[in-house]
Amino acid sequence: MSLFKTRLFWIALGIVVIASTLPLYVSGYILGLLTVAYYFGVFAMSWDLLFGFAGEVNFGPTFLIGVGAYTAGIINHEYGLSVYLCIFIGAMASVIAGFVLALPALRVRGPYFGLTTLVAVLMLQNFIVVFADLTGGEIGLTIPDVITINASANYWIALGFMSISAAVLYGLSQSPLGLVLQASGQDPVQAGALGFNIVKHKLFAFIVSAFFSGLAGAMLVFYFGTASVGTVVDVAVGVQVIVAAVLGGRRTVLGAALGAIFLIVAGEFLRPTGELATFIVSAVALLVVLFFPGGFLGAAMSREARS
Amino acid sequence: MDATSNFAPVLEVRGLTKRFGGLTAVKNLSLELRAGEIFGLIGPNGSGKSTAMKSIMGIERPTTGDVVFQGENIAGLPAHKIARKGFGMVFQHSRPLNRQTVLENIMVALLPDSLLMLFADKALTERAEWIAERVGLAAVMHRKPPTLPFADLRRMELAKAIARDPKVVLVDEPFAGLTLAEVGIFSELISSFRDEGRAVLLVDHNVKSVAALVDRVLAMYLGEEICTGRADEVMRNETVRRVYLGGAIETSARPETSFADKVPLLQVENVSVFYGKAQALDNVSIHVHQGEFVSVVGLNGAGKTTLFNAISGFLPYTGEIVRGGESLRGVSPAKIARHGLVQCPESRELFGEMSVRENLDLGGHHLSDEARPKQIEWLFELFPILRERQGQMAQTLSGGEQQMLAIGRALMMQPKILILDEPTLGLAPVILEQLSKALEKLRQTSDITVLLGEQNVTFALPHADRVYVLEHARIVWEGDPGRFAAEAGEGYL
Repeated sequence: MSLFKTRLFWIALGIVVIASTLPLYVSGYILGLLTVAYYFGVFAMSWDLLFGFAGEVNFGPTFLIGVGAYTAGIINHEYGLSVYLCIFIGAMASVIAGFVLALPALRVRGPYFGLTTLVAVLMLQNFIVVFADLTGGEIGLTIPDVITINASANYWIALGFMSISAAVLYGLSQSPLGLVLQASGQDPVQAGALGFNIVKHKLFAFIVSAFFSGLAGAMLVFYFGTASVGTVVDVAVGVQVIVAAVLGGRRTVLGAALGAIFLIVAGEFLRPTGELATFIVSAVALLVVLFFPGGFLGAAMSREARS
Repeated sequence: MDATSNFAPVLEVRGLTKRFGGLTAVKNLSLELRAGEIFGLIGPNGSGKSTAMKSIMGIERPTTGDVVFQGENIAGLPAHKIARKGFGMVFQHSRPLNRQTVLENIMVALLPDSLLMLFADKALTERAEWIAERVGLAAVMHRKPPTLPFADLRRMELAKAIARDPKVVLVDEPFAGLTLAEVGIFSELISSFRDEGRAVLLVDHNVKSVAALVDRVLAMYLGEEICTGRADEVMRNETVRRVYLGGAIETSARPETSFADKVPLLQVENVSVFYGKAQALDNVSIHVHQGEFVSVVGLNGAGKTTLFNAISGFLPYTGEIVRGGESLRGVSPAKIARHGLVQCPESRELFGEMSVRENLDLGGHHLSDEARPKQIEWLFELFPILRERQGQMAQTLSGGEQQMLAIGRALMMQPKILILDEPTLGLAPVILEQLSKALEKLRQTSDITVLLGEQNVTFALPHADRVYVLEHARIVWEGDPGRFAAEAGEGYL
């Protein structure tokens, strides 16, 4: 196990090093694609912390993402605060929104938690459309500032951000805290009888998930220069995040990032096929979920465990 | 009594009551548990013993009553707070962390309930290793749970429960699923908890299985205490004997030779079933003749439901199940039921939000429009109360009425062979009498073949032509009901 841990670390480090050299020899178009994919990777990893470890299905990852993204965007648009301050405020807004949502939602059991989170997304979407003066409504919100217009710099920021998020989330999942979280997710009654306050631990996981989702959402809108329902709030975006995490492998954290990159890149490469692209990507995702429910990394890890 | 009784009790339960809606699962239960004592909480299935244990642990919130631990009333606290005060519970079923090693699983139990614990210190690992050795897991502590045999997984549950050195250890059915040799080892482990000065509360179905281990026993029935005392005293108690064995049982068996068919209608031959690593049936063979009424008697966990589910085609098994000369292997459960082998399951599985009439109509769905009203009329004569309740939603019926409806729905399918799995579960004696009369009528007025599974001997014996005793996944006795009390009854207390 410890051997695998170190090996996984070196593999991950190798991939990040190779990825960081990409701007030297690939086109700006691919860099732009990967930049978005990396932010999606953080969405998916945050989601896996909740699903894979706390055992709660959050159907509304875009609620957390959207709150972070729109808060950062609106503050920048209205008050012209610095980009970094806006991103920070966005992440904090997401944490608060996550807390307010999860506190009551975690009291209900089973599918009702998921339904609550789904309703939260629809409410946020509605709010954005109704208060169009503030949010830009269905057209979207134009954001005056960007982090940088340099494609390579944007790429490196996204890569660095994803790597740090991955290290934190993965480290957390492997820590004693992660073990307790996993026990709470798998057998809440027994975890309670072992002396663990399940609600507290799950709430913590939700807040961590909210922080990284909101942060990534805020950074993404400053990369795009706009915030719109279709890119950061829509239920379809949330479904994509969920599919990415499941595809990459439940309870692996890192797999979720791989799944997200695969989904975004594959979707783009299949773009010439037109409408068929979404269908093909969905079909692949469905096959993986049906026949390898462990996902990419889950399958690799169980092979490792057997040997 | 021995020296332990001189100490003040560690745990005092006073007037504990737990209600679920209209059902009172535990009624005014009181008990005292001393340090260095093993206390057995015994009762048949549905008697409320597990609910009592869960209420003490805080998994269920007691409706009324006190749970006093070292002078402090902890009734109503959540489980995690009670656990931190010095309680450990061994679960019968649990889901270990399969990607972590045994050692890591034990370590989880040692962690503080804190969000700041990001790194495990060495002392924790050493303590976990010590506990693993203590329960006999030293050789396998670096392996992962899915690769371990069932007994080792049970050891791991023991290890987790005692990890934080609890003063009170609660054990839910300590020996379920273990072989006889393993039962011996686990008995020793549990008595070593006593020797360390812990108070141990065991929950089990019958006195016999824990008699050698416990210092005192409290027998429960229908949520209430029947009696408390040493194991041998409780086994001699008249009420306990009546609950488990019934009073003077009148039997009316027809000799097996009176059944005309040469080859039995239903033959189960050398059937074994495994749930993962736990063996639920071990080479079980039974047979039932056309028109015969056969009871399979056994405690909860003996394998009755597994046997019935294998016959009904719900479970994979080894061996042969033959009905009327044809093997049932590979036949779908739906087809088995449609051809007249109908099970009325222990859990009843009524359509709770449909009316009584709709439930019955669904049972008689395949009947012709002429046959259905006749069948319903016949059924209403068997269970008159169902006629009155026709328009009522099934889930609003009392427990006894629900059971009648479940049997009624099965009978609407006009079964040739009816399997009844524990129809008496959790029902009051007066209801049992009504059910009993209905079964007697069924036996006398129709040529239906019945296979009844019961832990309530009083209910199972009067109608039976033949009895099988199922114990620890094996058939241990077969004979006519008249000989049961003399030959097999003692092992049943």
